[in-house]
Amino acid sequence: MSIATTFSWSLRHAFARPTWTLTEPFAVERKFPRPSDVRLAVDNLNLYINDAHILKNVSVSIPQNKITCIIGPSGCGKSTLLRTLNRLVDTNEGIKISGNVNFGTQDIISAKGSDITEIRRNIGLVPQRPCPLPMSIYDNVAYGCRIHGIRKKAKLDVIVRHYLEAVGLWEEVKSRLNAPANGLSIGQQQRLCLARSLAVEPSYLLADESTSALDPISSKKIEELFVKLKENYSIVMVTHTLRQALRIADYVIFMYLGEVIEQGPANEVFNNPQHSLTKNYLSGAFS
Amino acid sequence: MSVKLKFIEEKIARGFMLLSILIVLFFVLNVLYAVLRRGLPVLTWEMVSSLPGGGFYIGKEGGFLNAIVGSLYIVLASTTIGLLIAIPVVFYLNTYLKKTDRFAYVARIAYDVLFGIPSIVYGAFGFTIMIYLGLRASLLGGIIVESLLIIPILIRTLDEVAKNIPQDLLDSSYSIGSTRIETIGVVVRQIAPAIATATLLSIGRSIGDAAGVMFTAGFSDSIPTSLSQQAATLPLSVFFQLSAPQLEVQDRAYAAAVVLTVIVLILSLSGRFIMNFFSKNKI
Repeated sequence: MSIATTFSWSLRHAFARPTWTLTEPFAVERKFPRPSDVRLAVDNLNLYINDAHILKNVSVSIPQNKITCIIGPSGCGKSTLLRTLNRLVDTNEGIKISGNVNFGTQDIISAKGSDITEIRRNIGLVPQRPCPLPMSIYDNVAYGCRIHGIRKKAKLDVIVRHYLEAVGLWEEVKSRLNAPANGLSIGQQQRLCLARSLAVEPSYLLADESTSALDPISSKKIEELFVKLKENYSIVMVTHTLRQALRIADYVIFMYLGEVIEQGPANEVFNNPQHSLTKNYLSGAFS
Repeated sequence: MSVKLKFIEEKIARGFMLLSILIVLFFVLNVLYAVLRRGLPVLTWEMVSSLPGGGFYIGKEGGFLNAIVGSLYIVLASTTIGLLIAIPVVFYLNTYLKKTDRFAYVARIAYDVLFGIPSIVYGAFGFTIMIYLGLRASLLGGIIVESLLIIPILIRTLDEVAKNIPQDLLDSSYSIGSTRIETIGVVVRQIAPAIATATLLSIGRSIGDAAGVMFTAGFSDSIPTSLSQQAATLPLSVFFQLSAPQLEVQDRAYAAAVVLTVIVLILSLSGRFIMNFFSKNKI
């Protein structure tokens, strides 16, 4: 996507009007081949940032089609772990990693070049603060498909509508698809970010405190979406709100100072924690 | 500090700010008035639409269309070249290099130094290179020197804004599988207002620059038809006519200055308009 393309999009969409109506039939088919093996497992991961030991011997395996919540006090490495899963840690400075993170048969830590973009396409991220790209609503959803080679307008129209409907945004924005995305409310922006991630057909969704910047009603909507989406996607979620984890988690990972203290199915960890730290954290002794 | 004193303090501060604005406005309006008072009465359509005749510089008929066209050629070409070089540089500095990178640090200091170099030095530098290569003063030489002059301006202005692009925005783009180079679309859209400002600054600097083009672009009485011909520029035209002894020729210098001002105004407004059109999506 060069500057020339940028300009041509802007020009085209400044004058374009939405072309379809609600009655038109449409079907969205899979655009990218689904990897045969989509298990995500972290084995003995150690991570240092400028000699500070951030993650210590972390080993977790993420269950399929479940919501996995990573809980723990601030600064315990939850976000870093999440960002390691799709190699976004690359943008940090002074990173040193050892250990294995496997996505199917692919080793994430040693991936290079197009493998990284393929991993990131398969493992989407929903950011903490809603962060729509500086484009129209339509382009925000179509952006991912465009950079992965889908450029036909008819096909993109179908994709955009499908994913906007999937996040319940279609009815709200169908009349202003070419309006700037920053005109939406914060909650709508976050759902747009979700649609943007879904549009490239990931197998995993990483949510880094995705509801912390939202008002209660918007965050409830996002939570409901996650519960609905877990049929088709595996969701890994970092959360600060214990009650949110109680509400929607199927699997819980408790971290403390860079170590995984306890992990297991949600009802076991919440109702019968094995470790005293977990007990204290769940009872609110520290946060 | 009592509540009352606070408000007095604010009033005094406001007074100073207003005073500064008025001082600046006073000088700007004075310059405009001086130029318009002497330039407007003698400015005719013939002057902007015809080439200099035989005795134009001693007060005979003719105009300075050659200088207008030469200036426009040089400004538009050098701004385009400057943007094509500056945007990738800024993109590289802010996306590929980490915040504490030594190379980025050195590069930024270098651009700061280049920013402050006077245009006559660029002119002399360009002249030396042209002698070395065996080139004569030409439109191409002028374009190259003006590009060199404005590239640091563009880079520094864009860089200050690009530094503040939220990391979340870049992460969002990466996390759907775009490479860094594909992210340039996001970056360019995000810094579009800065591109407009930088373009305006550089247009203003390069169209008003006489010293840089004096040796490198030369001067001629005709419109250049190829890159290797000499080209006249408005500032030089003003300079030559102002140094003439005849009063009417000096007045014509002011007329040329009026035209220069109007061109800057038009280019600035259109640049701003175009970029605002592209920046409506900024986060």
